[in-house]
Amino acid sequence: MSFLEVQAVSKRFGGLLAVSDASFTVAEGSITGLIGPNGAGKTTLFAIVSGFEAPNTGEIRWRGERITGRPPHLLAQAGIARTFQIVQPFAGLSVRENIAVGAFLRHPKRAEAIAVAEEVAARVGLTEELDKPAAALTVSGRKRVELAKALATQPKLLLLDEVLAGLNPSEVRDIVPVVRAVRDSGITVLMIEHVMQAVMNLCETVHVLAQGRIIASGTPAEVVADSAVIEAYLGHGAATRLSGGAHA
Amino acid sequence: MTAKDLLPIAIFAILAALLPVFVTAGTWLNFAVFTLILCLAAQGWNILGGYGGQYSFGHAAFFGTGAYVAAILQTRLGINPYPGFLAGIAAAAVIGWIIGFLSFRSGLRGSYFALVTLAFAEVFRVLANAAEFTGGAAGLLIKLDVRPENFQFASRGVFFWVALGLVTVVLVITRALERSRLGAQLVAVRENEDAARALGVDVFRVKLSAITLSAGITGAAGALYAQYFLYLDSSIAYGTWISVEALLAPIIGGAGTVFGPVIGGIILHSLSEFTKSLVGRIPGVDLVIFGVLLILVVRFPPRDIPGVIRAWRKR
Repeated sequence: MSFLEVQAVSKRFGGLLAVSDASFTVAEGSITGLIGPNGAGKTTLFAIVSGFEAPNTGEIRWRGERITGRPPHLLAQAGIARTFQIVQPFAGLSVRENIAVGAFLRHPKRAEAIAVAEEVAARVGLTEELDKPAAALTVSGRKRVELAKALATQPKLLLLDEVLAGLNPSEVRDIVPVVRAVRDSGITVLMIEHVMQAVMNLCETVHVLAQGRIIASGTPAEVVADSAVIEAYLGHGAATRLSGGAHA
Repeated sequence: MTAKDLLPIAIFAILAALLPVFVTAGTWLNFAVFTLILCLAAQGWNILGGYGGQYSFGHAAFFGTGAYVAAILQTRLGINPYPGFLAGIAAAAVIGWIIGFLSFRSGLRGSYFALVTLAFAEVFRVLANAAEFTGGAAGLLIKLDVRPENFQFASRGVFFWVALGLVTVVLVITRALERSRLGAQLVAVRENEDAARALGVDVFRVKLSAITLSAGITGAAGALYAQYFLYLDSSIAYGTWISVEALLAPIIGGAGTVFGPVIGGIILHSLSEFTKSLVGRIPGVDLVIFGVLLILVVRFPPRDIPGVIRAWRKR
């Protein structure tokens, strides 16, 4: 029984097959990466796992239980939290109130929820910003709020949709240990990521999605050497040209 | 909720309660009671529209239901007005729940939700105008029987205190909502529905709770209106005027704030009375004033009068 199991999931939007027969698993306690070129269907797959979209075929199993098509708020209660690629702050609220919305899920009392929110803020480095309106933060700050809101729901599985996108290298360096600390606190992480520096650094296992299909799985070092993966990113024939170039 | 949260409400209630001691002129007290009733209706709207971001254009449906149920129970069935008053609130809350269930289940948001609520209110108005037990077009007259145990008072001052008491209770309820999980989730739904769902907020349930509470409060305003003026017809109870009053006051005074609807209600009615006394009773002149005020307020962020004053003082 896997922690999270995606089985032969397909999702069609009109004529576009966004996800096609995708299967992969996530091991408990791991940091697993989901990478792939733009338009590969990563975000759609995330939306399916987190309940925002229902797949046309296939199913999602979470600790052996079928959760396909369950609405997001029930999945959040069960312990699956997600962040959004395009950050979704509650713009009119302070950072503290933003994070507290997540904390209220398991702490009905306001004082407790606020305390949890402040504790989570400290974990992601937002203590200084607690009283600022979320709309006033930098991109890096908003990404941290996005992460903190999800963490405040005290999930068992955290789905991170490009939390590092749009950050400069030093900001990436700052957040990488935060993500690792999240995993070390016992939360399994599944992350979509384009920043390869972070993927190589963080993930134990990586699944590569291209044109809706899983084309490779393995350790980061294995998949970046995989010829199917190189071709998916760089175009047909790229793998042979690269190895041919080495001969010349 | 802490003592600090309740202090402004207590100060407001105590200061306002002194009004009938100093002002004894009937017309002024009449004006004050009427304003408080409309503030109460606006406080109801503020729960759903201000905190929840679900703009209803049909709070008349709840105002009218509260008013008719309270009036019909005593005129047709001879039930004491106090339980009748509570029944009016309950009936309005039930109607709110039903309208909420139907429209939120179908995922109506924004202008679609506004239009559906407007349509519901209009349907109720037409039905109340046609039905016999509502008195039809002739309306419904509650028999004058001035006894405190009959919820009728010889002095307008007493009625003022009753209305003020209800407004104060709702101020406390609103403050408690702000400090509660439901309140936080409701604001989250207003700000970003998808983000709220991802954090485990049951958006449908939260909206449904909000519209039920909202409708109950506006229903209380309707029931109080019936009890004070002792006359109702369909265009008073279910008329568009009350839907507009209920949403204008919070928007002008500060939607999604505890005092917003009360501040807005007082400003609106003081202005319209003032204009009437200046230019005489030209029909609709108060609506012109409301319109101009609304345009001015939404023209400049932060889009409510307390915000405009704060922005001014910062200069």
